[in-house]
Amino acid sequence: MRWLVLLEPRGELTPGSLVALATTAGTARLAGAELHALWTGSAAEDVASRLRGLGITTLHAVPAEHLPPLSHEAWLPLLTQMVKDLEIALIVGPASALGKSWMAALAARLDAELAQNCIALETTQGTLRVRKPLYAGKLLAELRLDRQPALVTLRPSSFQIERSGEALPVIAHHTVNNSNSLRSSIKDVVKVSAGIAELADARIVVSGGRGMGGADDWTALRELCQVLGAALGASRAAVDAGWIHHAYQVGQTGKVVSPDLYIACGISGAVQHLAGMRSAHKVVAINKDPTAEIFQHCDYGIVGDLFEVVPMLIQELKAQRPQAA
Amino acid sequence: MKVVVLVNAVPDTAATPEIAPDGRTVLTEQLEFVLDPYDEYAVEEAVRLKENLGAEVIAVSLGGNMARKALRCAFAMGVESGVLVRLPEGIELTGRGRSLGLLPTLRELAPDLILAGKQTVDSDDAQVPERVAELLDFVHASAVSQLTIVDTARLLVKREIEGGHLLIDLPLPALVTTEKGINVPRYPALPQVLKAKSKPLHEMALPLGVDLTAGWQVESVTRQQTARRQQIFSGEISTGVQQLAELLRQEA
Ligand SMILES: Cc1cc2nc3c(=O)[nH]c(=O)nc-3n(C[C@H](O)[C@H](O)[C@H](O)COP(=O)(O)OP(=O)(O)OC[C@H]3O[C@@H](n4cnc5c(N)ncnc54)[C@H](O)[C@@H]3O)c2cc1C
Ligand SMILES: Nc1ncnc2c1ncn2[C@@H]1O[C@H](COP(=O)(O)O)[C@@H](O)[C@H]1O
Repeated sequence: MRWLVLLEPRGELTPGSLVALATTAGTARLAGAELHALWTGSAAEDVASRLRGLGITTLHAVPAEHLPPLSHEAWLPLLTQMVKDLEIALIVGPASALGKSWMAALAARLDAELAQNCIALETTQGTLRVRKPLYAGKLLAELRLDRQPALVTLRPSSFQIERSGEALPVIAHHTVNNSNSLRSSIKDVVKVSAGIAELADARIVVSGGRGMGGADDWTALRELCQVLGAALGASRAAVDAGWIHHAYQVGQTGKVVSPDLYIACGISGAVQHLAGMRSAHKVVAINKDPTAEIFQHCDYGIVGDLFEVVPMLIQELKAQRPQAA
Repeated sequence: MKVVVLVNAVPDTAATPEIAPDGRTVLTEQLEFVLDPYDEYAVEEAVRLKENLGAEVIAVSLGGNMARKALRCAFAMGVESGVLVRLPEGIELTGRGRSLGLLPTLRELAPDLILAGKQTVDSDDAQVPERVAELLDFVHASAVSQLTIVDTARLLVKREIEGGHLLIDLPLPALVTTEKGINVPRYPALPQVLKAKSKPLHEMALPLGVDLTAGWQVESVTRQQTARRQQIFSGEISTGVQQLAELLRQEA
């Protein structure tokens, strides 16, 4: 039995891909499945070395520069063929923007089911099960995958990567026809959050809401991000007010994050916001209203004006640093 | 230009569905249904193409009475006609089933452009549109926050990904799913809402001879609960901050 993991190249291997891979590798060991991975970027050797000890037998790659790494149109024919030739029983991808759309397109080509956004992949006596949040995480469904091949996208619920041993995957090089026949073309790849941690991959997220009071007062929050190595997030109220770009929105109609630590500043805790951070490991709330709903959904809370609390917190954290060193 | 917009009805985002006594199904009958928030962007974009370029716009939904409501919402925003692919009550389809159910209708309509929401907010799936595009052999781009019609044969779209975006050139026929930021959906004006009731709505049956059954079994549905400590510091701020910083240090 063979399983395949899709690795997403955004420059280098994304943390989301690595987590999806590590989760799948753990289950593959229990199921006795042989694990393969497909890397659509360049420098497959470098990626192979990052996969050391993860239990991957083969890393599939195409040593050609002409194949655009982010174009599903360019890669789907090869991917579909690989699944058929290798008789892959399970395909796992990261539940990122690109991961989800590639997997949906692949599922259509294979006429297979796809369970998106799962948070767990388990196996018992040859049966595969996934857990998938429904209704913005208010409910959790357990699905038994009966048909093969099955497709699953996994969302990071923890960033723990377990390695065992030193074994490196073997690289299998494939050839693909020239990309001149592609109908769609990616004209440009633009990075917007250069220098600041990416929301979906971040272990710590600091978010601001309507309590930020305007577009000009985010300096302290950004500094807190820097001190903690955190990504910046926002509530929809802050986004809709035009204070911050919608790429930062956390929630039902924004990003879903599962960091180790989520700090909500000036956010009331609306159900649609909770939908985006419900699975954070620890939640801290800073709000001046002691009756704010967010205090029902946090581990630690401080009642107070965020413009007082955040600078003090930055001072405290900076003061702790020498001790930690 | 002929534009199809795919619309779907979802329970209001603030509502919490109940779990049936069997522990495997979700009860949604009691809930208020609305047009999926991402579909509002798709409908708005389609209606703008009608207003600015004279495009013919048709809304399509697969489902029961709620799907009919989603179509009426699209009408109230300015779409002129719709097709309901009728799903018998009590049947639930996976993303695969829904895309196969929509396929014959879409083939028949033969649009130049299909617009859809990025994902339905009940399952966050993001797969029906991509599947439909592949089955129709349309090029496609998901989570688009800007769409420009270059000429009668091409589109330029801005597709959002984590940490940035892609600019993609797509020849028609194509499918695009809409992300927040592409537009600000209009609030339907009363005259449009009244007119919506009389706009033509055709019904189609599910295709025969296609296996639409799910390839998985739902074994259980549970309420997701995260126990939080709820340790709140409400006294002197500086003391609270010191204690919080200490707790964060211990847990790091
Ligand atoms: C279909 C739909 C989808 C939605 N999707 C999302 C989504 O994805 N993400 C999202 O966030 N919301 C979403 N919403 C909106 C959601 O319902 C709330 O309106 C929104 O989350 C409120 O944002 P907020 O908490 O920043 O603002 P408010 O609810 O106005 O809360 C502001 C909070 O800041 C506190 N405050 C004010 N000043 C200070 C200060 N100086 N110091 C400390 N605290 C202060 C106040 O006490 C208050 O609790 C959605 C709504 C709908 C209908
Ligand atoms: N039953 C349906 N009928 C029509 N369109 C649908 C249906 N389900 C999903 N869609 C479209 O596909 C988009 C993404 O849905 P999903 O793949 O279910 O997350 C929605 O925003 C709709 O535009």
